[in-house]
Amino acid sequence: MRLPLLALLAKEPAHGYELKTLLEQTFGQAYPSPNIGQIYVTLQRVERDGLVRSQDVVQATRPNKRVYELTPAGRDAVAAWVEEPSEGPRIRDDFFMKLALSPLTGAADRMALINRQRRHYLGLMRGLSRLAGAAGRGNRISALLIEGAMLHLQADLDWLERCQEELV
Amino acid sequence: MTGQARPIAGGQAGTALLRTIGLTKVFRGDGVSVRAVRGVDLSVSKGEFVAVMGPSGSGKSTLLHMIGGLEPATSGEIWLDGQRVDGLSQARWAVLRRHHIGFVFQVFNLVSNMTVADNVELSALLGGATRRQARARREELLGELGLAGKANAAPARLSGGEQQRVALARALANHPGLLIADEPTGNLDGSNTADVLRLLGRVHEQGQSVLLVTHDARAASMADRVLNLFDGMVADDAPVRAPARSSMAASGVLRLRG
Repeated sequence: MRLPLLALLAKEPAHGYELKTLLEQTFGQAYPSPNIGQIYVTLQRVERDGLVRSQDVVQATRPNKRVYELTPAGRDAVAAWVEEPSEGPRIRDDFFMKLALSPLTGAADRMALINRQRRHYLGLMRGLSRLAGAAGRGNRISALLIEGAMLHLQADLDWLERCQEELV
Repeated sequence: MTGQARPIAGGQAGTALLRTIGLTKVFRGDGVSVRAVRGVDLSVSKGEFVAVMGPSGSGKSTLLHMIGGLEPATSGEIWLDGQRVDGLSQARWAVLRRHHIGFVFQVFNLVSNMTVADNVELSALLGGATRRQARARREELLGELGLAGKANAAPARLSGGEQQRVALARALANHPGLLIADEPTGNLDGSNTADVLRLLGRVHEQGQSVLLVTHDARAASMADRVLNLFDGMVADDAPVRAPARSSMAASGVLRLRG
């Protein structure tokens, strides 16, 4: 969460709740943003590390709010993050581990494991389609995020099929 | 799409629209025989959407071809709306298909020297519609599929996605009780796939029975039930159930850095 929050501060200072709102507006309901407590904890940590500084702003009718802004070190951290190529997503290998070790555990045969996993993926896919329908085309970032998740699921299912061909 | 799916004469109420019992296909040649489909029991209820998945060579297409009468079964039974059809002659099959089964394939199979409109109307005419009815049905379907402006075009002038939509319109032109689709999105890119899937979903919502062979997980996830075919046999047959609405998010599949 650290670097996305720092990136959100690159344009202008903001307080914690504004950051949460910005995240929600950007990613939509497809990607639930962290709760406000997590955001404040993260902000405290990056302040301790010298990447942001904060000051209390007095408000007339409401409690003071703490506004955060990037320090030069924070700005460097954001620039380095943006410039660096990112690792690809990690494949979830928990299922593959179960499948590979199933002859040892003896808990279920491989066909049963694969069938159960396929049902799970297809259920997830249906959930994503529903999410895409609800999100509509209004938020392009959100729609692309859902599409990315669908493409990964398709790859998971293709891999499952290869496992079925080779191991069953 | 308005209009009732046509019941097959002699159909009994309460029976599955499609049922296969011990359906088997053995291909023989050069002294070797290949058992492509090995005793498949399958049923599709009226209005049900069933998807068939499985590795290449698992017998999916052969199964569909037998059910559509394009390939004779080696043994087993096929029942369509209460009528046993596996023993029918080619000519009787052709009549049955024209009236009761719509087919969509991965390759669009449109008649290249006929216009889009004529491709769709021909199917309705073969199904017994009058010229006036065929035209009305064609206008309705092409309008619904966003192709009204392409009615007079030659199929070759259309994009792949548009051609597949025309193929779908043609398959639905005679109000078939059963729509059979074999990898209908196999040749399409993402946005055209989305169009065809949207249509399939709408067709299903309107009470059409659909039997779909696909590798596309999105297409399969729209089905009421998904069968997995493996080595010519049904390895799994289960309804598709999405997780609870509240727990569903893209982050369950794809985690952004955080």
